[in-house]
Amino acid sequence: MSTNVDDHDHDHARTFVPDEEDSLGQYAIVEMAVRELLIEKGVFSADEFRQGLEVFDKAGPHLGARAVARAWTDPAYKESLLSDGSAAVKEFGVDMNLTELYVVENTPRVHNVIVCTLCSCYPKPLLGAPPDWYKSRNYRSRMVREPRAVLAEFGTTLPDGVEVRVHDSTATMRYMVLPMRPEGTADLTREQLEALVNRDAMIGVTVVPAP
Amino acid sequence: MTARFAVGDRVRVDDRTPPGHIRTPWYIRGKSGVVADMVGAFADPEDSARGGDGLPERPLYRVRFRQTVAWPDYAGDGRDTVDIEIFEHWLEPESG
Repeated sequence: MSTNVDDHDHDHARTFVPDEEDSLGQYAIVEMAVRELLIEKGVFSADEFRQGLEVFDKAGPHLGARAVARAWTDPAYKESLLSDGSAAVKEFGVDMNLTELYVVENTPRVHNVIVCTLCSCYPKPLLGAPPDWYKSRNYRSRMVREPRAVLAEFGTTLPDGVEVRVHDSTATMRYMVLPMRPEGTADLTREQLEALVNRDAMIGVTVVPAP
Repeated sequence: MTARFAVGDRVRVDDRTPPGHIRTPWYIRGKSGVVADMVGAFADPEDSARGGDGLPERPLYRVRFRQTVAWPDYAGDGRDTVDIEIFEHWLEPESG
């Protein structure tokens, strides 16, 4: 390798990296154009658009964890969460909007896991934005086809005799898994239980580990 | 709204292939399962996608299928299942 400064043969025009990507995808351009038109026509204001985004930003797994910890410690709440999920999470200020929350309970016999094979339906008002892998073609095509193999890749191996039940979120329902309460947590407060619950367990790709 | 099917009924998913926005996944068309729940009546997304009002609302079921029915070469436990939301106009009685 030469250290001669004159031996300078790489092409700056090709190695230059612009500060911003200048190739917006088609959908991004359409979204911007439609959004600007709707604001211009007064269908909604720019401020209302920002507020809409903030609703999603404020949601996150902490809200789902509150519902789970309460269900673990309050049998009446658990019953309402399983029978009418949308109403049960409204107590925490969560509005499922045009969708409905459907909560499925893990038991020693049934392990539930959520996927949306058609797109990427996810209970955003409750759990926030979905993880990138949830939206990937890999997850969406394989979780419904070979769920036990995908669960194993998440480190989840189920005991013999447990039925794996995949929920394909195809229409109006949005799903959350109510995980099993781990052993050794009888003395924990509701707040301590909340801290144990993680996003992936509410999607069903993992279980809540014992503390 | 009158629901045509009840929880526990055996149903078969139509295997027609209309164009447009369809919420019935390809892999389950023509397969048989059991109604696990009736979750209400909702605007028809196929009509909404064409610019319609989606009315009348259509009963929406959660239908449970054996994975070995959904995928004849399924490699997991024979007890494994998949639950899918399917609108009533995609379902027929299994014997029908």
